[in-house]
Amino acid sequence: MEITVIVNGDPRHADVEPRLLLAHFLREVVGLTGTHVGCDTTNCGVCTVLLDGVPIKSCTMFAVQADGREITTVEGLTQDGELHPIQVAFKEEHGLQCGFCTPAMMLVGKALLERNPDPPENEVRWAISGNICRCTGYTNIVKAIQRAGHRMSASGEASADVAAGPAREEQPAVTTPTS
Amino acid sequence: MATVETPIGGIGHRVKRKEDDRLIQGRGNYVDDITLTGMLHLALLRSPVAHARIRSIDAEAAAAAEGVVAVVTGKDLEAHGLAWMPTLSGDTQAVLATDKVRFQGQEVAAVIAETAHAAQDALELIEVDYEPLPPVVDPNRALQDGAPVIRDDKENQSDNRCYEWEAGDAEATTRALEKAEVVVELETFYPRCHPAPLETCGCVADVDPATGKATIYMTSQAPHAHRTLFAMVAGLPEQNIQIISPDIGGGFGNKVPIYPGYVVATAASLLIGRPVKWIETRSENLISTGFARDYHMKGELALNSDGKMLGLRVRMVSDNGAFFADAQPSKCKAGLFGIVTGSYDLPAAHVSAIGAYTNKAPGGVAYRCSFRVTEASYLIERLVQTAAYELGIDPAELRLKNFIRPEQFPYKSATGFEYDSGDYERAMRLALEKAGYEGLRREQEELRREGKLLGIGIASFTEVVGAGRGKDYDIAGIKMFDSAELRIHPTGKAILKLGVKSQGQGHETTFAQIVAEELGIPAEDVTVREGDTDNTPYGLGTYASRSTPTAGAATAVIARKVREKGKQIAAHLLEAAPDDLDWETDHFFVKGSPDRAVTIQDVAFAAYTNPPEGLEPGLEGVHYYDPPNMTFPFGTYVVAVEVDPEIGEWKVRSMVAVDDCGVRINPMIVEGQIHGGLAEGYGIAAMQLITFDEEGNCIGSNFMDYLIPTAWETPRFETFETVTPSPHHPIGAKGVGESATVGSPAAYVNAVIDALAHMGVRNVDMPITSAKVWEAMRTAGTPAQ
Amino acid sequence: MFSAPFEYAAPKSLEEALSLLAERGDEAKVLAGGQSLIPLMKLRFAAPALLVDINRIDGLDYVEETGDELRIGPLARNNALAESTVLRERYPVMAAAAPLISDPLVRNLGTLAGSLAHADPAGDWGSVMLALGARLVATGPSGERVIDIDEFLQGPFTTALEPTEILTEVRVPRPTGRAGGTYLKLERKVGDFATVGAAVTLELDDGRVQRGGVALTAVGPRNLRAKAAEESLASAEPTETTFEEAAGLAAEAAEPASDLRGSADYKRETVRVFVRRGLGAAHEMATAA
Repeated sequence: MEITVIVNGDPRHADVEPRLLLAHFLREVVGLTGTHVGCDTTNCGVCTVLLDGVPIKSCTMFAVQADGREITTVEGLTQDGELHPIQVAFKEEHGLQCGFCTPAMMLVGKALLERNPDPPENEVRWAISGNICRCTGYTNIVKAIQRAGHRMSASGEASADVAAGPAREEQPAVTTPTS
Repeated sequence: MATVETPIGGIGHRVKRKEDDRLIQGRGNYVDDITLTGMLHLALLRSPVAHARIRSIDAEAAAAAEGVVAVVTGKDLEAHGLAWMPTLSGDTQAVLATDKVRFQGQEVAAVIAETAHAAQDALELIEVDYEPLPPVVDPNRALQDGAPVIRDDKENQSDNRCYEWEAGDAEATTRALEKAEVVVELETFYPRCHPAPLETCGCVADVDPATGKATIYMTSQAPHAHRTLFAMVAGLPEQNIQIISPDIGGGFGNKVPIYPGYVVATAASLLIGRPVKWIETRSENLISTGFARDYHMKGELALNSDGKMLGLRVRMVSDNGAFFADAQPSKCKAGLFGIVTGSYDLPAAHVSAIGAYTNKAPGGVAYRCSFRVTEASYLIERLVQTAAYELGIDPAELRLKNFIRPEQFPYKSATGFEYDSGDYERAMRLALEKAGYEGLRREQEELRREGKLLGIGIASFTEVVGAGRGKDYDIAGIKMFDSAELRIHPTGKAILKLGVKSQGQGHETTFAQIVAEELGIPAEDVTVREGDTDNTPYGLGTYASRSTPTAGAATAVIARKVREKGKQIAAHLLEAAPDDLDWETDHFFVKGSPDRAVTIQDVAFAAYTNPPEGLEPGLEGVHYYDPPNMTFPFGTYVVAVEVDPEIGEWKVRSMVAVDDCGVRINPMIVEGQIHGGLAEGYGIAAMQLITFDEEGNCIGSNFMDYLIPTAWETPRFETFETVTPSPHHPIGAKGVGESATVGSPAAYVNAVIDALAHMGVRNVDMPITSAKVWEAMRTAGTPAQ
Repeated sequence: MFSAPFEYAAPKSLEEALSLLAERGDEAKVLAGGQSLIPLMKLRFAAPALLVDINRIDGLDYVEETGDELRIGPLARNNALAESTVLRERYPVMAAAAPLISDPLVRNLGTLAGSLAHADPAGDWGSVMLALGARLVATGPSGERVIDIDEFLQGPFTTALEPTEILTEVRVPRPTGRAGGTYLKLERKVGDFATVGAAVTLELDDGRVQRGGVALTAVGPRNLRAKAAEESLASAEPTETTFEEAAGLAAEAAEPASDLRGSADYKRETVRVFVRRGLGAAHEMATAA
């Protein structure tokens, strides 16, 4: 089937089997290997890309579904040779070790910061709770995302750690973590 | 001549990582990112049953399927002597099953096809006729008389005994136990779990039909050892094998063993004459590759009623799966489990272990375990906690009473280890202070009166890492030294090549910092190279926290040798005698005349343009370091947890970690390693489990069942340090990669038990689910409210 | 890892989608969020010959109140539901459940309707809809029919939907009087299926309970409505004793299986605790000024 997927702003045209996963389309047909594959049950999240700006698991979408849609991968973060603040922040805060989950974490972080540039720790942890990391224990990933937020909004102020996500000890009654 | 102005970034600096530049741009080079011209794809057919004879395999339809180039079975490999391969523990393991399958998920056949889709599609066309055999799932039952023999392929194997091992002094320990006023017992199980790095295992094997050169891109933590083993197993001349371990997406010991997929891919490439890629799926990774733990342990601790420890006896049964494939030094049947005396001054100890074959995947030594130190540390710290309750002594006090004291180092333990240095009390006191321990105990009391449950858990671990001295440690016969090759270029930059291989530990940065410290060349001017066996000196790889203790030492040693040669050149440039020169940071100067100086860069340039007569040109060297001893990082972790008394759900309120790994090369990276280990420890304590039903079906062979904590469950950590250098290491560093995975599970478990201790609960085995907590409360009989 | 091959159609209208199903419904599957279907296809537990992707059809993602009902379209995504003000203000049991479905990435694509059509007994939305007494609209070759949720969910992964039909709307009755509700879920980690889930609603009238909804997740062959518990709540005084009694009845109604998540006794006890706590929370909400 012929499809055109706009990847990092570039229309990419290909003839693919319907069963080709979006993740494999990006890695093998488009040749962008920054999007990784880590599991086979839609649990780990390393395949995360942005679909029209929204983070989704590219291993659980067929490439044909993305026909005509816009996909942002990690390779699209750098613009005109300039690193995105989230990339800079991940390096500054040691938010990566083996790097395998990093593209996904940065894209989810970017999407979060575009909705809320100053998220408290709970909100960051909630936002990345669909993405596994085995190396960092998440501590520095959270710091990196928060730091990137400060950079992006140039507020420069540390955020108060007010819990916006569901408190761990109680099920949320009506709160939504992303509000 | 002035000193250079760029910051040098030597030891102790929080230098940002060089490897990040490519990784944050998605430009890492992981094995699955590699595509070669004409590359084929390999998929493995795996056994659906745990134990069965193979009557027949019909691969005709598969071989004829579209896109399929070849189908390989055990019979085909047998013809080339490749159906079985040696393991790192002196056993053999099937590459592709011939007579029987011995665990669910075992490799049975391979399809090589033009596309990955075609390869997987063809798997479904292979028909295997299995004759089911009774599965053996419980290691204790496996060791009983009359149990079905799993390894009937081995001559002289009439049971399921895999190995026997002991250490220490049985008689002295028995006496100590008999004389003691109190003997505290604990039976506990450290369940099977799995390192599950996010990148699964795989390779691209490219055997050039014209030259016979085999280039194998491989997820390998030990590329040189793998190369030698490949040469020995596959009969390929070693000079024609190049193993390239590129960027690795996490190892944690999972990428130390040699898996059938690597062997079949290489054989296939050799026979077909095209590159062959094999990348396993997550399910394959969890069901068949090197798992971790699975130790059934019983500890008996002898003490006086005032809490002084007198002796320790440990009996252990390990579940080794169908093949004894533990990736450990050859003399160690149970790894370094003998460290089970931990941080305590125990005059007598005896440890005995029996390994059992079962119908499960092989392995056991993995997952940041430092060769079974995780199991040992868990047992002693749980045992000490249990003793505290039985004696009515505060768990911190009991530990402090028995810690090896600083003046006792180097300390010879009852099981034969010589601990290099330690100050356990200092780390403990810092942890207690930072955790607000006394306040927590008071709060615990108050909350108990209200029916609320707060628990405080402590673990004071000592681990043994840095394998190791050639006299004691070898992998398949290869001594466990490691290496560093350093070359300074004319323009004063450098390249450092190592025998170890990072999988995220930041070697490209930290090892450059060692050179920066010794030679004053800025860390950013030092390129570090690992993983390519054609272009690095021989080493045993990275696992068991050994890189800093071995290759880090080698780096310091060779840098100092280079500096010594540099002194000769400097003397020549300064027209002085070498003995009249001193060194500071990055330059040589004439004693008493600091203005008469040359920088290391000046020296480097001169090495090629103006070397003194009689001195070899160039400025480089290679050192193979045989460590004189292991190193012994240690620490104390204090965890506070809250338990819901109605449904048993528990959450970590605080986790304070004090680590002592000697000198810290890059504190930022050390902290990162600790965060990662604390999170892994939490996952192991709370949710990670691979288990089997009675038929030997594996539960936990995908991420729906094998649970890895997300950022939401993972606790927040507060990390602190003490620094007790290793006296025998050139830069006083000890290694830290596994400390937190070793020490923290017991801390979390002790905390949950502590919340329930007043009800009489003494043990709940990991993973501690809310259901298990509830059952423990119910069984204890004392109502929570 | 890879799905079996299939044909793919992405109709631009509901009519087109329905005509495809009319022709080949027996071997086709409707693709909305795909977050349950695609994982099954990758493991080859599902292998439809034709996938009918309805994501190109405009106007199916609505969440709107009309008169005395909340109407939700088949492409309303879980993340939109989690952020919906309408849900937070007037359908709190839904607002509580939405953020707990799977994980944030899956919620960005997964749909409420898709979850109901999938009918996993460990799925959260089924219980929420049972507690609310929802009705579902199934559209097929012969037009629309409205099905009560109790009749819609028939068994594990089995619904009243015909292979030629698409679930085109979910209708939730607007609560009358002062209302509250919540969803409590015990899961081992974010993204795990529920060990136990409880959807609880209360509608008060003149200080007494007018209607109570209690439905349970993962403790039976399908989402379970705890009828006896609901009956004990109807017309009762909203006291702790009432809630405890209802919770006990809900626990009795549960049919949990023992597994690695917990024993049947444990799950039953958790049902009891959750229903009691949930009713307390719902009551507080309903009586808040």
